[in-house]
Amino acid sequence: MSGASVLFDAPGPKARRLSLILSIVAGVVILAGLTWIVLILAAPRDSGGITLPGYFDPSRWDIFADPEVWSFIIFEGVVGTLKAALTAAVFAIALGILFSLLRSAETAWIRVPTAVVLEFLRGMPVLLMMLFILLVMSTGAFWAVVVALSLYNGALIGEALRAGLVALPRGQREAGLSLGMRPLQSKMLVEFPQAFRQMLPIIVAQLVVLLKDTSLGYIVGYVELLRVNMNNLASFYGNRYLFSLFVVTLVLYLIMNLSLSSFARWLSKRTASKSSGARLDPDDPNQAMLVAQASAAARQSEDQRGTP
Amino acid sequence: MDAVIDNLPTYLEGFGMTLRLLVVSGLAALVLGTIIAAMRISPVASLRGFATVYTELVRNTPLTLVLFFCAIILPYIGSRLDYATAATIGLSVYTSPFIAEALRSGINGVPVGQAEAARSLGFGFGQTVGLIVLPQAFRMTIPPLINVFIALTKNTSVAGGFFVFELFAATREIANANGNAVLAILLAAATLYLVITVPLGILAGQLERKWVVQR
Repeated sequence: MSGASVLFDAPGPKARRLSLILSIVAGVVILAGLTWIVLILAAPRDSGGITLPGYFDPSRWDIFADPEVWSFIIFEGVVGTLKAALTAAVFAIALGILFSLLRSAETAWIRVPTAVVLEFLRGMPVLLMMLFILLVMSTGAFWAVVVALSLYNGALIGEALRAGLVALPRGQREAGLSLGMRPLQSKMLVEFPQAFRQMLPIIVAQLVVLLKDTSLGYIVGYVELLRVNMNNLASFYGNRYLFSLFVVTLVLYLIMNLSLSSFARWLSKRTASKSSGARLDPDDPNQAMLVAQASAAARQSEDQRGTP
Repeated sequence: MDAVIDNLPTYLEGFGMTLRLLVVSGLAALVLGTIIAAMRISPVASLRGFATVYTELVRNTPLTLVLFFCAIILPYIGSRLDYATAATIGLSVYTSPFIAEALRSGINGVPVGQAEAARSLGFGFGQTVGLIVLPQAFRMTIPPLINVFIALTKNTSVAGGFFVFELFAATREIANANGNAVLAILLAAATLYLVITVPLGILAGQLERKWVVQR
């Protein structure tokens, strides 16, 4: 339904003019709303007889002229966030590979318990998992964040990879086996590389989620970007900078996440043009996963019907 | 196990708050998401641009940051909302672009040929959309929407970190008070979350499976 023009007749000059006018009116309304918010924030305010400067007043932003503040934000905050995200990403991918192999094992004794564990991990909030690890294993906050994120995202990546494995044409496995490979060899050398490539956009999209979720570390006491800016710096420089520090934090997070998600989008376009398979939406890993799983299940039931 | 049974009222209080957050912010996000989706497919260019930028920005902001804004920055700027309402607003805003995307991809998923066929049979705009496109788009949006609500269920736990007494906050309190039975306490909380998420997940998977074969 991408061609919306199918739904109604091609707009004539009158309709086009109407649409242009509406567009300008809506644009003005949106701009007015934004300006109103900015003006409210910029206005000086009274609090108990003292007039405080507005939020865009230079006196609320002057700490950012100090390179030391930036080096603290970058080397403590951004590095803390990236360190947790990178470590968790490596573990999550490794776990995902392991889970997908166990989940598609031939023996039911391995397959079924893995399925239960995966369902458990996927259904639980990551934050609860962090608390769990923090209290039960009594590791530091860093490992609580990393382990919880790796388990949760590992389960999701594993599920994606398994869907990728199932969705492969059956001939791939048959060809591997008929060349004399053992089942595991065929899985690792023939099927797995293809599934991995097919599912790469989902995996990268999941890594964006992982990067976003490192901010949950704030709640369990891990020193990352949000905590460095909003607790350490805000308490050092005082409440006056709370708003400006929040804006800086938001912008830094947006820069990191937007660059990673545009990478995911580029990757998805690239894989889609190389393989003729359906393009999985890299923006929403949840939904892409649903589609992948469903088509895998459809393929599976087709295969079962096909075997005599 | 005793610690769990003794603290059952606290659990239920927290669980009730979780359910309240889930239902209220779910409904609000549904409304907000529908508006955003309508803006994104509307012929008015400026609305389309606004909705696109909104979606992109909100989706790339961590939920923790959104709730931090609602719980700490908003009162600092001068709002007088209580924490539960602020968290509900934050969760709705965070969830709305995901709902909008689910709706939009459902409408985009209907093949153009369907609308073309309807038009060539002489159907008007209202008939094409109401009788042909939306009924097909609707069933395609249900599984992704359920998935969004599952994510929302898990996301309500973040509100527990920002002064809202829901299941996560309740669990943390009970666990701090009973250091000797932490494992049982956490497993009980996990069970309460799983009671919501697992059935929904199974439902979404089954619906999607049923409809993907029909297509």
